Amino acid sequence: MFNKKEETTTSDGSRAIVRLHVSDFVIVAVLTILCSTCILPFWHVLVKSISGNGPVMAKEVFLWPKDFTLDSYVSVFHDKSMTYSMGYSVFVVLLFTALGMLVCTCAAYPLSKKRLKGKKFFTFVLMVPMYFSAGMIPSYLLLNNLHLLDTMWVLILPLVYSPYNMLVMKTYFQSSIPDSLEESAFLDGATNFQILMRIVLPLSKPIIATLSLFYAVGRWNAYSDHYYYITSDKLRLIQYKLQLLVEGAEASIQTALGDVGGAANTTTPEVLQAACIMFVTIPIIAVYPFLQKYFVKGAMIGAVKG
Amino acid sequence: MSDAKTHSNIVSKETKKAIKRDWQLYLLLMLPVAFVVIFSYAAYPGLRMAFMDYKPALGYEGSEWVGLQIFKKIFKDPDFIRALRNSVSFNLLDLLVSFPAPIILALMLNELRLMRFKKVSQTILYLPHFLSWAIIGSVAYTMFRPSTGLVNMFLMRMGVIEKGIPFLTEKWHWAVSYLLIGVWQGMGWGTILYLAAITSINGELYEAAMIDGAGRWKRMWHITLPGIKGTVVTLLIMNLGRVMGSSLERLKALDNTQVREFEYQLAIYIYEKGLQNSKFSQATAVGLFQSLVGVMLVLIADRVAKRLGEEGLL
Repeated sequence: MFNKKEETTTSDGSRAIVRLHVSDFVIVAVLTILCSTCILPFWHVLVKSISGNGPVMAKEVFLWPKDFTLDSYVSVFHDKSMTYSMGYSVFVVLLFTALGMLVCTCAAYPLSKKRLKGKKFFTFVLMVPMYFSAGMIPSYLLLNNLHLLDTMWVLILPLVYSPYNMLVMKTYFQSSIPDSLEESAFLDGATNFQILMRIVLPLSKPIIATLSLFYAVGRWNAYSDHYYYITSDKLRLIQYKLQLLVEGAEASIQTALGDVGGAANTTTPEVLQAACIMFVTIPIIAVYPFLQKYFVKGAMIGAVKG
Repeated sequence: MSDAKTHSNIVSKETKKAIKRDWQLYLLLMLPVAFVVIFSYAAYPGLRMAFMDYKPALGYEGSEWVGLQIFKKIFKDPDFIRALRNSVSFNLLDLLVSFPAPIILALMLNELRLMRFKKVSQTILYLPHFLSWAIIGSVAYTMFRPSTGLVNMFLMRMGVIEKGIPFLTEKWHWAVSYLLIGVWQGMGWGTILYLAAITSINGELYEAAMIDGAGRWKRMWHITLPGIKGTVVTLLIMNLGRVMGSSLERLKALDNTQVREFEYQLAIYIYEKGLQNSKFSQATAVGLFQSLVGVMLVLIADRVAKRLGEEGLL
């Protein structure tokens, strides 16, 4: 995979161990700066969230906490609506992922079979939505007619079938499961269901993991559908709650923006806001290192077909 | 006559055999088909609203057909013109700055010889892709507020500026911040496909170039870049399709009253006109216009790419 690199170092390495150019330092410096733009903002929010109110108001908190305290987190956890929303979001994401994988497998497995009659027709039917959607208002009226507006299901059902994920899974089945395996099972009298359950799925664990994560992270992070379909507070996912919280905070700051300065801002509990941001961010940062490699794999398989 | 008969007999026999063998597969397919029919195809007929004066109380049957009246109306609507202008200019600028960023970053990562450093920086640079716009927006405000944002606090403390820079609360500053935050969010993740394309370039090419005395820049310019040209073109075509659409989440996450003038893009127009003011026909027409232009741009770009000898997308 990295054979170009190895060759570079070995052919160089015989004479000088590592011959570093100025450009090497420039590249490392630029990348270090870019990486810190991805870390420092979150570090700052974290530091703010565990600092005392006083130093934060006095603008003394930069990259190290002052007057360490976890009070803000205590208040976040005491806020029933935040903890409820977190639990609810996890529930919706799990349900969504399970249903999504079921529908995805039901589409991808049959379409991965070359012999299937009508394969072209079904592929066409299942791919059109990827390229053309009716748009917001027709979808809104449709969901209204289905009596799904402002229910938990409106966050799940319309997105359960994903043409992109289906393509990734189909490509995996076609390239990684040998036909001969299935043929011999067929000769032994196994049915299609049995082959899928006992042979194909156990061999497809990596792609199942990858696509489950695509589904889960996708639902976890998306909230634009709340603007259209959700009005009850109880049905809001945690990301949208954070969005509302920030919108509200910005509005209150801006009404007081006339006199830019310290006094106007004392009304906004910045520390609490930082704790809320961290409360929503930490779950994804905690699992992120484990997810990353699956995502990269999935993105590559998707690109092959693209 | 008899020929046709035997032919159809064979076909039906084959079909019967296929169904007998694969009925379970067709059964499986029913589930996803049901989902697309109910949630995607069933919405398509709603598009006729764009050609009607749709009144929710009257429904489709009672509302009047008006041909292209709605389209004529929206093109006279100053709000629409403003949203269109903002969408097109911001998305073109976005394409201009966000599209090359991952390519440059991938080239840099590829030149790194410290493998550990490369791995770690990739992990870090991918991170913003995994965070929602709500998180990015709220963190952006924490960084860029005029008086309490980290960047302004730091600059003021250092004595570089006296008054905070309104990164997100003045429209021109906002425009730059909006674009750069987009670059920041997408650049890391965007490198994946380019890095994959780079690893598939034949290593002998580099070796030969090195024997010929080609330096790092020459190798990059004459081997790596041509090697990923196909990927670049494909992704460019795909991105062109998005020139009309913008993400409601991204706009809302960086939204505030001071920047309304630039923030007002088609996604906001459709949301506000359509849902908040119940102008269903107008919003549907704009949505239709948006997706048709997107599809057309992709088709045209694909043609052009093929003319120029590239593989294209379709």
